Amino acid sequence: MSQPKKHQSTTRMVPVPSQSIVPERDLDKRPVLETRHLGIEFGGLKAVEDFNIIIGKTEIAGLIGPNGAGKTTVFNLLTKVYPPTSGVVILDGKDTAGMNAAQANRLGIARTFQNIRLFGNMTVEENVRIGLHNRIRYGAATGVFRLPGYWKQEKKQHEKALELLSIFDMQDLANARAGSLPYGAQRRLEIVRALATDPKLLLLDEPAAGMNPHETEELMENIIKIRDRFQIAVLLIEHDMSLVMGICEGICVLDYGRIIAKGTAEEIQANPRVIEAYLGKQRGAAQ
Amino acid sequence: MKRSRINAINNLVTYGIVIAAYVLCQVLAANGGLSRSLKGQLVPICVYVVMAVSLNLVVGISGELSLGHAGFMSVGAFAGVTAAAWLMTAFSLENEVARLILSMVFGGVVAGVVGVLIGIPVLRLRGDYLAIVTLAFGEIIRNLINCSYINIDVGGALYFGFNKAPQLGQAVLAGPKGTVGVDKIATFTMGFALVLFTLFVILNLVNSRAGRAIMATRDSRIAAESVGINITKYKMMAFVISAALAGMAGALYGLNYSNIVASKFKFDTSILVLVFVVLGGIGNIRGSVIAAALLTILPEMLRAFDDYRMLVYAIVLILVMLATNSVFLAVRMQRVKAWLRRVTGRATKEGEAV
Repeated sequence: MSQPKKHQSTTRMVPVPSQSIVPERDLDKRPVLETRHLGIEFGGLKAVEDFNIIIGKTEIAGLIGPNGAGKTTVFNLLTKVYPPTSGVVILDGKDTAGMNAAQANRLGIARTFQNIRLFGNMTVEENVRIGLHNRIRYGAATGVFRLPGYWKQEKKQHEKALELLSIFDMQDLANARAGSLPYGAQRRLEIVRALATDPKLLLLDEPAAGMNPHETEELMENIIKIRDRFQIAVLLIEHDMSLVMGICEGICVLDYGRIIAKGTAEEIQANPRVIEAYLGKQRGAAQ
Repeated sequence: MKRSRINAINNLVTYGIVIAAYVLCQVLAANGGLSRSLKGQLVPICVYVVMAVSLNLVVGISGELSLGHAGFMSVGAFAGVTAAAWLMTAFSLENEVARLILSMVFGGVVAGVVGVLIGIPVLRLRGDYLAIVTLAFGEIIRNLINCSYINIDVGGALYFGFNKAPQLGQAVLAGPKGTVGVDKIATFTMGFALVLFTLFVILNLVNSRAGRAIMATRDSRIAAESVGINITKYKMMAFVISAALAGMAGALYGLNYSNIVASKFKFDTSILVLVFVVLGGIGNIRGSVIAAALLTILPEMLRAFDDYRMLVYAIVLILVMLATNSVFLAVRMQRVKAWLRRVTGRATKEGEAV
């Protein structure tokens, strides 16, 4: 596990209830996300069980675990793609029980997908404009009859879209077809689209998948940049440990649907249960 | 070039084609260049163009296969005919254009309301199930109208009877016998205006916030929801706008004949309109316009084949399908397009130099 020194997190972490930790700077602010005993069963199979986590207002948190541990299922629970069979998700102090994914997004949670879900036949700019759907709005009749509000809001959308694209230096690609972009650019566009919804918490599902080390390095800088600029929290799933250990302040390890460890990068790396989950039990150790 | 500019130019071309076709028809009609049967087809062509374009909003833009579009057309037709008769008796509104417009608006509103009622259960379904249920609702509408009787008395009061004619007043709709004594006030010019209105509504909708939300919902339901788009709202919006436009087309259609019966709007009509949409290209508005116009005229053109008319029609359909899906032809079309681009590109460069 290589760790670029540049990104080594130096945040001091302090314990808070439910055995979670948050950055000290977020301690007196309301956590952006809190889950209590969150779980889901698929026909008797407990995919996620007793999932408790608190994420600070400007924390960059990581969710890691072996394949099939239930990480993406957690994301789907948090974003209300699946209704939980037990427990609660509290987003910025509000219980999300009974909400659908669109309502959860309006409360301030945005995500990217492991298997990219862009609107491939639309342009890059249109993808971002769809992200701006609830932020720069006008009615359908205004759009159909081209009332003055249409031109004003369309211009606003255009400017905002370019501004957001410039985070990743993608403003020149605004008129390209989203589906024709290289893989890495598609992942970045998904992040921009999610950011366009003005979230308080950004969920990134394997943002570095398919990226080369150089691109990953850039992505890490950009995630920090996004956090600092928008003052939002980020929760990411990632298998690239250089990224996770480099930028994540609090890390949560999932195995077989249960949290097996929470802590800072150093604590996680030293935790024997984590090592066991990833590498298996040492043959000698059992005896 | 920016995508929005390309869109704008494309839309202008579509309007241009429609206006040019209208002018051509008017000139031909004035010079006696149109046969009697073709003249009779002018309003139905407009009606089917509107039907195809509005169905394309559901099938192409919103991505749901609807097989009950003729149902909305029939709701509009009978509502429109009733409205026209009522406006005549109750308000003695002699102005035919005003009466036609009001009747079409009424037909559109009623069809839109029916669209909402049907949309509530139907839009909970997806894919094949949605298609089958829209088909069922189309048939339900036809059967309901088939046993509905509407009378109007001299004072303008409406009487409604189910399965039996009301005792009072003059019949407007007489169950399976259809509409009675309709004033044929539909005109080609109004049909043309309705086509332009439909294109205006749909092309503008597509290039707006709501249109993008509808297309986002079609392309990826999960992604659209993840950015906070209310899926049900936008599916419903597309469905209802489509139903209302079909209702307006239906009203125009109903007022073009002295008698229409509910069985005219059966499943076959829905499929016919779907054929226009598929042949013109799903999601391609201009394609729908052209396909609907050509395929409505085609049976008339094939009169020479007499008994084999529909057989030849079917063969032509198959050949067109094969041609539009042919890789051989697609490659050649690409070359022609590239050549055109080179020629026009050079032309603009020279223009700039001057």
